[in-house]
Amino acid sequence: MEVEVVNFKRSSIVNVKGRIDSSTSPELLRKFNTLIDDGTYRIVFNMNEVTFISSAGLRVLITTQKKCKRHNRGELVLSSVPENILAALDLAGFLPLFKIYTTDIEAVGNF
Amino acid sequence: MDFRVFPGNYKSLKFISNYIKTVAKEAGFDEFTIYTIETAVDEACSNIIEHAYGGEDIGDIEIGYTDEPKQFTIIIKDHGHPFDPSSIPIPNLSSKLAERKANGLGLYMMHQWMDEINFQFSENSNILSMVKYKGN
Repeated sequence: MEVEVVNFKRSSIVNVKGRIDSSTSPELLRKFNTLIDDGTYRIVFNMNEVTFISSAGLRVLITTQKKCKRHNRGELVLSSVPENILAALDLAGFLPLFKIYTTDIEAVGNF
Repeated sequence: MDFRVFPGNYKSLKFISNYIKTVAKEAGFDEFTIYTIETAVDEACSNIIEHAYGGEDIGDIEIGYTDEPKQFTIIIKDHGHPFDPSSIPIPNLSSKLAERKANGLGLYMMHQWMDEINFQFSENSNILSMVKYKGN
């Protein structure tokens, strides 16, 4: 898994390439935590190149969403979600918990 | 049945997935079905490392399969502690964000995406078999 963070004035985009499983999800959680600790609560997670997400990865999304939304200070939103990943999010009952955008521009525009 | 042996650590998950994707593709499944099988196997192996062995690099995971005309069966063996699937809570998928736990999701996904799941426990090994029907 490769993680790239692009910072803007009011938000950040996190691009991930590869698998999010029990091996890689701790690193992703650390990246999200670093952003939040630095005061970034509006985060776009671009999933375009995510090839797999397990329940360990889904737990990272829930944990991060809870932190971002605390005190109504922000939100974790998803963009460019591949079909297989969308099916996993749907199966886990995550669709009501995350806004999903087709592109990063739309996602950033939401903030 | 031939078994592939993988070290019981999280780094193995990628290699286990590659193996499963290859054999599921040979069995003729479409891309999405292969993804569902990959997920079930990944969750099963993560559970073995976390719960049966209680940590990484304690024991091996052995994986085999049978490809029959009507069904594809994956067998996963470990030699850790027996794991009681009924001890895992059923996740509440409609709770609000604040109450959302995300525990028990792995087992739930295995059950939802495979057609049959069977756990067998003996004195020195745990055997999980997961079946995906063909032609659905």
